Amino acid sequence: MGVGIEVTNLNAWYGANHTLQDINLPIPANHATALIGPSGCGKSTFVRCLNRMHETNPIARVTGSVRIGDIDIYADASPVEIRRRVGMVFQRPNPFPTMSIYDNVCSGLKLNGFSNRKALDEIVERSLRDAALWDEVKDDLKKKSGASLSGGQQQRMCIARALAVDPEVLLMDEPASALDPVSTSKIEDLIFQLKTQYTIVIVTHNMQQAARVAEKTGFFLNGRMVEFDSTHKIFTNPSDKRTEDYITGRFG
Amino acid sequence: MVTTRKKPNRVRSAMRTAADHLATGLAILATILVIAPLVAIFIYLVYKGTSSLNLAFFTQVPKPVGEAGGGMANAIGGSAVLLGIASLLGVPIGIGGGIYLAEFGRGTRLANAIRFTADVLNGVPSIVMGIAIYSLIVVPQHHFSAFSGGVALGVMMIPTVTRTTEEMLLMVPHSVREAALGLGVPNWRSVMSITLKTASPGVITGCMLAFARVAGETAPLIFTAFGNQFWSASLNQPIAALPLQIYVYAISPYDEWHRLAWAGALVLIVLIVFAVSLVRYVASRGILKGAS
Repeated sequence: MGVGIEVTNLNAWYGANHTLQDINLPIPANHATALIGPSGCGKSTFVRCLNRMHETNPIARVTGSVRIGDIDIYADASPVEIRRRVGMVFQRPNPFPTMSIYDNVCSGLKLNGFSNRKALDEIVERSLRDAALWDEVKDDLKKKSGASLSGGQQQRMCIARALAVDPEVLLMDEPASALDPVSTSKIEDLIFQLKTQYTIVIVTHNMQQAARVAEKTGFFLNGRMVEFDSTHKIFTNPSDKRTEDYITGRFG
Repeated sequence: MVTTRKKPNRVRSAMRTAADHLATGLAILATILVIAPLVAIFIYLVYKGTSSLNLAFFTQVPKPVGEAGGGMANAIGGSAVLLGIASLLGVPIGIGGGIYLAEFGRGTRLANAIRFTADVLNGVPSIVMGIAIYSLIVVPQHHFSAFSGGVALGVMMIPTVTRTTEEMLLMVPHSVREAALGLGVPNWRSVMSITLKTASPGVITGCMLAFARVAGETAPLIFTAFGNQFWSASLNQPIAALPLQIYVYAISPYDEWHRLAWAGALVLIVLIVFAVSLVRYVASRGILKGAS
């Protein structure tokens, strides 16, 4: 099951660049939360702070606290443990090019030393079914490379790969921005189903997408979170003038 | 805005076509110039060398001066032993160094020092490498040996393997590393199982390049492996090597030995091509459909 996320006074830097300033945000468990805002507003940096990927860049720095479930991810655990509990799907599909579809999906488990074949078979099938890819690839699981699939299939495989390690939270950084409309709608259907089991945070440039999949939406601008409310409220009756300007297309 | 469409200019279009043909022609010419020396050498070796190739060449040791016949079996075996030692030494150290440069030491002073050292080492003349190993191993041991020859060749492999491994690892897209880290895979594990594996075709090419280069080296063996007219299986004894044998025979005053030297050169080239192709074939069997 998913768990809630409580972000308090989060600040992040790239070198001297203060990319996130005093972010406070409660992300509800087992819901989809969308983050919108113009390019460079800090929403990608924000999700990368939720699984400590931000700090893989040597010039990056973070202060503040992020509680996921009952642990403070910057105080109580190592980045490696956190990333097992908080899965991530990236903007562009990033399959492991030398691995088969099967090995791609179970790579997170195998690389952490899990090797029970029968259990792996079951997990691969369940993850691919959850990612709505099973029927398309079940005959080529071990024959084809993950890189030989189409872009939309690769992205769903990457989602299956993230699900296979059984995370509590799934972070999606513009998961459909490199895909065609058909693949995009498949990913959106998928988010709709997955949010019953996982807490989902999705960054998107596409406001219709946010409106379709998310219960809550946060609007970011210049490294600050301007407004956070129910998606319906944000899109119909935002309380901040800047949010209104953005969603009505006056800038960004 | 109304755009006025110009009529196609006949002369300009013809010039573009001509330039296109010229560029294609130059590219084809360059390709031929690249392949020509190899083909020419190979044809010449076949022409000069095949007459002395027979079963005895591969099964017998050299005959004393004045006796006809004899072969280079001991030199072929000796080269195999030397290259085996060289690869055992040069490939692991070289790949390890490349991994450090690309993954763990990026930007550090130590990494820059290693990279600089590797580049200088690559430029050290092979005869100097021979003398260095001579004074480091042969002099203290008071005898020439297969071991010292293998070490000399192995040290020569290291810089090539290190630098190609580094280059190939750096070509692995950042997104692939992020995918592994994002799954909660520890960094060292991600480097060994994901990044290195993704780069493996290029790394193998680098190792083969280094192998093929030292397989034909003569100079570093003169003071180390020394050469041997007889069979030797001991790593502590002087050992024969194909390039060394070719060198000795080629500068000798005997026609019979000249012919054997040609045959030896042909066999050396064929064996190198064979070894490289074999490794490539074995390495490519694990690659799946659709993987680049």
